[in-house]
Amino acid sequence: MQNNNQPHIMKYKTQALILLCLILLTGVTVGVSFIDLGAFNIWIALFIASVKGSLVLMFFMHLKYESKVLIFSFLGTIFFLFILISFIFWDVAFR
Amino acid sequence: MSAASDETGKKLGMWLFLYTEIILFGGLFVLYAVYFHKYTDDFILAGKELNKYFGIINTIILLVSSFAVAASISAVQKNEKKTAVSALSFSLLCGLVFLINKYFEWSHKIDLGIYPNSEKLIDLPAGQNMFFGLYYIVTGLHGIHIIIGMTLLMVSLVLVQKEKINHSKFTLLENSGLYWHLVDLIWIFVFPLFYLVI
Repeated sequence: MQNNNQPHIMKYKTQALILLCLILLTGVTVGVSFIDLGAFNIWIALFIASVKGSLVLMFFMHLKYESKVLIFSFLGTIFFLFILISFIFWDVAFR
Repeated sequence: MSAASDETGKKLGMWLFLYTEIILFGGLFVLYAVYFHKYTDDFILAGKELNKYFGIINTIILLVSSFAVAASISAVQKNEKKTAVSALSFSLLCGLVFLINKYFEWSHKIDLGIYPNSEKLIDLPAGQNMFFGLYYIVTGLHGIHIIIGMTLLMVSLVLVQKEKINHSKFTLLENSGLYWHLVDLIWIFVFPLFYLVI
């Protein structure tokens, strides 16, 4: 968005590469789910989901190429989501 | 100049809406996490009822359709109308297949007597009842989002066909795409939480 009106055009090749990564990560998360690691299973699954989510956000949703307004407002949302989750767990865990 | 900033405004507006969606589903995930913490064993037992393979297939379908939508935006920007139309039609087809899978998955559960307020669920321990309640709420709300997303994509497809959406004016397609990717993003978290973790 910096001082030009030319939109950033994603290459098909980049998009296909992202799709490939996403499918591979799906394979990894399914594979890991067959191994019993106790509580770690949840954390690994959530970690892989976050990586996949970031790929979708950055490339498919184009966030990597957007203006600072969008990027910071998005991070703000994630911050509030974090507050929501952590404060509720703070309460639940010490009840 | 005013036209260019207007397009940015439309996109920012769409993102603001998407933030509320993130918090909406975030709240449901918190609910899931708290009850998982409280009824871990029941959740593990109930989760075994869900078919991993339905989840895997639907995940891949949504990922591929997200790719197709992203590609259609590039195609419109490059003025490749035919590619854009076929990519959008393909992603609509993916959405439809997703819903058909969901239909079979839900009807199988309902045949087994697992649906909100069913006698079987009421007799089960509270934690299992809670798991299936959350399952129906989260996947149901997600399914409604799929339908809304498909509607938006369909409108975009018609407008691309009519060349009302073209290489110099494509914000509606971009915003519909953003919505579709959000639906995919939510599924990326729903899938491991309901189908894999337990």
